[in-house]
Amino acid sequence: MAGSRLLTYKEKNTWIHRLSGVTKMLFFLLWSITGMLTYDTRILIVMLILSFVIFALSRTEWAQVGTVFKFILLFLCLNLLAVYAFSPHQGTIIYGTETVLAFSGRYSLTAEQLFYEFNIMLKYLTVTPVVLMFIVTTNPSEFAASLNKLGISYNVGYAIAIALRYVPDVQADFTKIKHAQEARGIEMSSKTSLWNRLKKMSMIIFPLLFSSMDRIDVVSNAMELRGFGKHKKRTWYMARKLTRNDYLTLAFVVAFAAIALAITFSDGSRFYNPFV
Amino acid sequence: MKQKFGIKQVVAIGIGTALFIVLTNAQVPFMIVPNTALQSRVAVLTFFSAIYGPIVGAAIGLIGHALGDALFYGSIWWSWVFPEAIFAIAVGLFSERYKVKAGGFGGKEIVLFNVIQVIGNALAWILAAPVLDIAIYAEPANKVFGQGAFAFLGNIIVAGVLGTLLLLAYSKVGAKSGSLSKED
Repeated sequence: MAGSRLLTYKEKNTWIHRLSGVTKMLFFLLWSITGMLTYDTRILIVMLILSFVIFALSRTEWAQVGTVFKFILLFLCLNLLAVYAFSPHQGTIIYGTETVLAFSGRYSLTAEQLFYEFNIMLKYLTVTPVVLMFIVTTNPSEFAASLNKLGISYNVGYAIAIALRYVPDVQADFTKIKHAQEARGIEMSSKTSLWNRLKKMSMIIFPLLFSSMDRIDVVSNAMELRGFGKHKKRTWYMARKLTRNDYLTLAFVVAFAAIALAITFSDGSRFYNPFV
Repeated sequence: MKQKFGIKQVVAIGIGTALFIVLTNAQVPFMIVPNTALQSRVAVLTFFSAIYGPIVGAAIGLIGHALGDALFYGSIWWSWVFPEAIFAIAVGLFSERYKVKAGGFGGKEIVLFNVIQVIGNALAWILAAPVLDIAIYAEPANKVFGQGAFAFLGNIIVAGVLGTLLLLAYSKVGAKSGSLSKED
């Protein structure tokens, strides 16, 4: 079912939940940028361990993220296989040496390739728990409010708040339309030709999109009636001030990112090379 | 260009992003290449860019792709987030010329829209996405260009067929400008 897989915010009372949404977003951005830039295995392993510690601290249950996590692992495996299929010697190109472990010819398996793909896996896994944590511990309304507190135009904050607010509604519409079309005898999941699949897709998208266009009119008229956008500033019901813990978290992630990148690039390359 | 940023644009970004996120899950596997599929959300992005212009389109592409990935996959592939915005900006820049709202989306406009759409997709998926993949994730070149080519193919099909049909239908719903004629 379409809706069941979606991650959602869940109210809990841990210190991670009490942090401001902006703190968590900045943490997550810096964390993923660091994870993206570095290919240093040592740093990636430290990050992976920290990610899981943070994840455990947020007291997120397996039921909340289990299905999504399985999907991530599936994608990860597919991606690793694709890298091997397309470029079985990328590891040798990067690390400069070649240690054949098994097979021969084009698809000979080298230690360098395994190590390179191990790094890709680490890169993927270090970011995942932090993303999951951000989604399940951040209240969308509070997030929009604290974005504005950062000096970002409240139009942007509001657009994001509306997006998050209407995801469940649009999801419900989607399911309704899908069921209605299935009731009319249109099979949605069968394996047919490309053209037929496109046709089926359009049978959901047309009604969904046009009802959404109506919704845009209704919502924007309502906002206009209430004088949205009249003033340069607005107040927020869900706004939250940054606390000591917020500053500590931010200081930690900035310091961590700086140190991690300094170590990564200290030898002039983003790769950690155990082969020479 | 007189692109006004008002309430309607804010709401369009919000609802458009919500649509984009929901449709993240409604995709048809296209080929065996991982992470490429016929994505119905591309039709939504194309539609909103063509109607509301580049700013709304780019915002839906960026926020929608990042949030959609995070909500459904728990991970954000940044090198594929930004090309989404490139595509939306390309399509959106010419939004006035398609005359969708004025009810004039016809032969000439359809050709223009599709030419822009293909160019936008090429810039995004054949050029930007693989280059970013290599720069950010150091993935093998032939793999990412392969994935980019498939994404390009899938997206031009969705944007070309569904996008064109959606715009055509929406253009017919709205009143044609200058459609009132004086009674004799």
